Amino acid sequence: MRKLILALVLLLAIPRAFAVEPGEVLDDPVLEARARVISEGLRCVVCQNQSIDSSNADLARDMRVLVRERLTAGDTNQQVTDYMVSRYGDFVLLDPPFKSSTYALWLGPELIIGLGLIAVVVFYRRRSASAKAAGTESDPAPAGLSDEERKRLEKLLESDQV
Amino acid sequence: MKRLMFLLPLAVFIVLAGYFAIGLTLDPRKLPSVLINQEVPPISLAALKGFDKGFSNLDLKGQVSIVNVFGSWCYACLSEHPVLMRIKEQNLVPIYGIDWNEKDPDAGPRWLKKHGNPYTVVGADPNSKAAIAFGVTGAPETFFVDKRGVIRYKHTGPITISNWKRTLYPLIEELRKQ
Amino acid sequence: MIAEAGHFALVLALFVALMQAVVPMVGAHRGNDMWMGMDKPSAYSQFLLISFAFGCLTYSHVVSDFSVLNVYQNSHSAKPMLYKVAGVWGNHEGSLLLWVFILSAFGSAVALFGANLPPALRARVLSIQAMIAVGFYLFMLLTSNPFERLLPAAVEGRDLNPLLQDPGLAFHPPFLYLGYVGFSMAFSFAIAALIEGRVDAAWARWVRPWTLAAWSFLTVGIALGSWWAYYELGWGGWWFWDPVENASFMPWLAGTALLHSAIVVEKRDTMKAWTIFLAILAFSLSLLGTFLVRSGVLTSVHAFATDPKRGVFILLLLLIVIGGSLALFAVRAPALKSTGVFKPISREGGLLLNNLVLSAGTAVVLLGTLYPLFLDAVGGGKVSVGPPFFDSVFIPLMLPMLAAMAIGPMLSWKRADLGQIAKRMRLAFMLTVVVAAAVWSYASDGPFFGVIGIGIALWLFLGTLIELAERVHLFKAPIGESMQRLLRQPRASWGMTLAHAGLAIAIAGMAGAGGWKVESIQVMKPGETVQVAGYDFAFKGATRGQGPNYTLIRGLFDVSKNGKSVVVLHPEKRDYPVRQMPTTEAAIHTMLSGDLYAVIGDPSGDNGGFVTRIYFNPLVAWMWAGALIMVFGGVISISDRRYRIGAPARRTAKTATAPLKA
Repeated sequence: MRKLILALVLLLAIPRAFAVEPGEVLDDPVLEARARVISEGLRCVVCQNQSIDSSNADLARDMRVLVRERLTAGDTNQQVTDYMVSRYGDFVLLDPPFKSSTYALWLGPELIIGLGLIAVVVFYRRRSASAKAAGTESDPAPAGLSDEERKRLEKLLESDQV
Repeated sequence: MKRLMFLLPLAVFIVLAGYFAIGLTLDPRKLPSVLINQEVPPISLAALKGFDKGFSNLDLKGQVSIVNVFGSWCYACLSEHPVLMRIKEQNLVPIYGIDWNEKDPDAGPRWLKKHGNPYTVVGADPNSKAAIAFGVTGAPETFFVDKRGVIRYKHTGPITISNWKRTLYPLIEELRKQ
Repeated sequence: MIAEAGHFALVLALFVALMQAVVPMVGAHRGNDMWMGMDKPSAYSQFLLISFAFGCLTYSHVVSDFSVLNVYQNSHSAKPMLYKVAGVWGNHEGSLLLWVFILSAFGSAVALFGANLPPALRARVLSIQAMIAVGFYLFMLLTSNPFERLLPAAVEGRDLNPLLQDPGLAFHPPFLYLGYVGFSMAFSFAIAALIEGRVDAAWARWVRPWTLAAWSFLTVGIALGSWWAYYELGWGGWWFWDPVENASFMPWLAGTALLHSAIVVEKRDTMKAWTIFLAILAFSLSLLGTFLVRSGVLTSVHAFATDPKRGVFILLLLLIVIGGSLALFAVRAPALKSTGVFKPISREGGLLLNNLVLSAGTAVVLLGTLYPLFLDAVGGGKVSVGPPFFDSVFIPLMLPMLAAMAIGPMLSWKRADLGQIAKRMRLAFMLTVVVAAAVWSYASDGPFFGVIGIGIALWLFLGTLIELAERVHLFKAPIGESMQRLLRQPRASWGMTLAHAGLAIAIAGMAGAGGWKVESIQVMKPGETVQVAGYDFAFKGATRGQGPNYTLIRGLFDVSKNGKSVVVLHPEKRDYPVRQMPTTEAAIHTMLSGDLYAVIGDPSGDNGGFVTRIYFNPLVAWMWAGALIMVFGGVISISDRRYRIGAPARRTAKTATAPLKA
């Protein structure tokens, strides 16, 4: 599910960053598109927090060229990425892989949301418990008001609005 | 139970602060090599302009050697250069040079002519093929290769007399014994 | 001489702050009027002293006094005057001086405008402000002195980073700091409330204008930063989830949650602990941002030059301020009594959901930002967390909140009828679905998430408008009456409507810019034309030129559509010789539907060709417009007269600490 969302979001939100030079662009648009996607996921190791797709650094350019050469030679996207990882380690991936060292990262958000929901449930439970104890339990929901009654009610309330 | 929940933010913060304290002792930009204990990657470097030969990964088998990544544009390389020259003069270990990221094919030879050539063999790597294969992130970087052609150590930054004497040369002697 | 005077003023300010931190606090504890009364004069004195110090540093920059180290490192005599001034805060030491300048200004503002605050509360608030100030003064005097001398003086300076020599970026830090420091006010109020042991409607009302001001400033600061990145970095990106961007975004999220949570405290006397916690959180995140930028623990394009010694000091500061406040929270917050009750489906429930989602969002961004550090610290190796992670986690999390936001203001307090609201929003829902489907079919080359973004933005916008329409009885009463009602709406409600509508517009902009961007990179020779998104870009060549401290290449593009000329664009590529850095100055033409964006690069080949990048960025201006509308909403809210209740008659008897009931 996460992969699906990730794929969807990758399409939307990554600012397509452009240090690519015209001379690097491959003739085959399919290969070129693949090269761009791969490049956006690879970190420029001599920069601060940029992908090789968006960096002007020389090493970034050389890495972009290497990506395209390997694609032209027939590598799959995964093979190209794996090669970079074999040279530089997981650090070169802008999107950290899902393995034991990054479980905390990928599962963290679910955990946080879960904790938040628990906190809210506890809050409501405690609120109604203390309200029962104090005898200020909320009165039962009133029968639906007619339109006329609603208008009158609104008029009375409007000085208290917001 | 209620008290516990109120204590939670403080507890989380203390843990965070602990990590920050550790983090201050680390350098986020230093990248350890993932190639330790792996064979030298298949590379093939052409000769520099005016030189007669380059080298490939096969040349690195058979003896203990070091591979030094440098460039004429690299200021820190100049600072380690005298140390490399001493190593060459005293014939301590063969140094293979990778002249990395030169835009002008004359720049490397000119630099070596001006300052001296400490390298047994130098290869040209203008488009970072070898550098990427070695996982290089800057210059100078030096790789220590054993007799079987396996990378055993990566030294980031200039080689100084003190770290040569303290760590690097003892490492070479160690590798020679094996 | 001037620099030494500035330095001396800084030291004096430290002593004043030390006094202000102790005396009024003890005075409030003991009920001693005179001691409490020391808070105002000391706040004013700090402001005067720091203004003087700031003036000294500014003077040194303006006259290019290169015997001052800070000026040497960051200025150049050929630099335009605007950037000589902006260079005062474009570096680590100077920016800290700006920080404490704003801190002292806010303290004085509380002293000046806080006449309706009970003296004990004001005394405690200013005392805590002073404690924060002491921390920062010590930091500067011990590790980051802007007045350090360089002797013998240099002949010329090292110039300011060319990227910073830009109007957008000149004002970006001041607005950010106004935001961060503004949250320190909410923080001080929260701590004072914890010390007093009381959080009530009056407290919420006093805190509100300060929090609104901080939030508004921070919104401007973040928007400025994004806008700058968009036009300066040369490819139309505007948010990268960079650690330092996140460091400004997290306080904004917490601050937004705080603004909303405080409403519940004010109206319904509940959710007090949440609100206090958010006030502590917002400022803590601001301080954390300071730590991340200046200590070197994270890599970022934004980070100042790093120095571990500074990092240690800031960490100590964090431990004392954040650790201390959270400890106080753990001890005192359980005792806060709430009386309000509400069902989950109610306005309080909606605001609680708002709290939850924004807090979770903050936590998620924090997790992603700090994770590389965590892993490295436990020896788990190095990873990097980039935009893919944040986008895949943060955006889906926000969607339920944004959907609820549309109907939030329609929910009644205590218990709300969702069925009724659904009826009222039926038309809006259908319209949203229709428009989304239309966008999906018309611009089907875009991503699905873009369509969702447009849909949510429209839903939110319609909900906000419908709520306003219902409040002024539009179409139910004569138009004149509706107009009257409209004008009589309290300003705070105008603020809400504008802020929510502004956000909707901004989200539409983000969806458009992110989803349907068009780019074209090529080498062009003079006379060639390229078509992008239906517009024809005719390249007419490039000329070389000279600026005050740079050389440039300037290109000329004649842009037309269907044969009719639209605009002439002049992108530039500049080279700053002193810092040996190039910058790209994109030429941008903003239209309602999007931006035409042209960049000129280096010459390519031998026959007069240049590398050119041409983009069409849809709906970008909507982001900036939306942000401005949000800020406008915040400002209007602050001006609500209900926050400036007349001061009570001065009490001559012993100080009372009873809160004012409006």
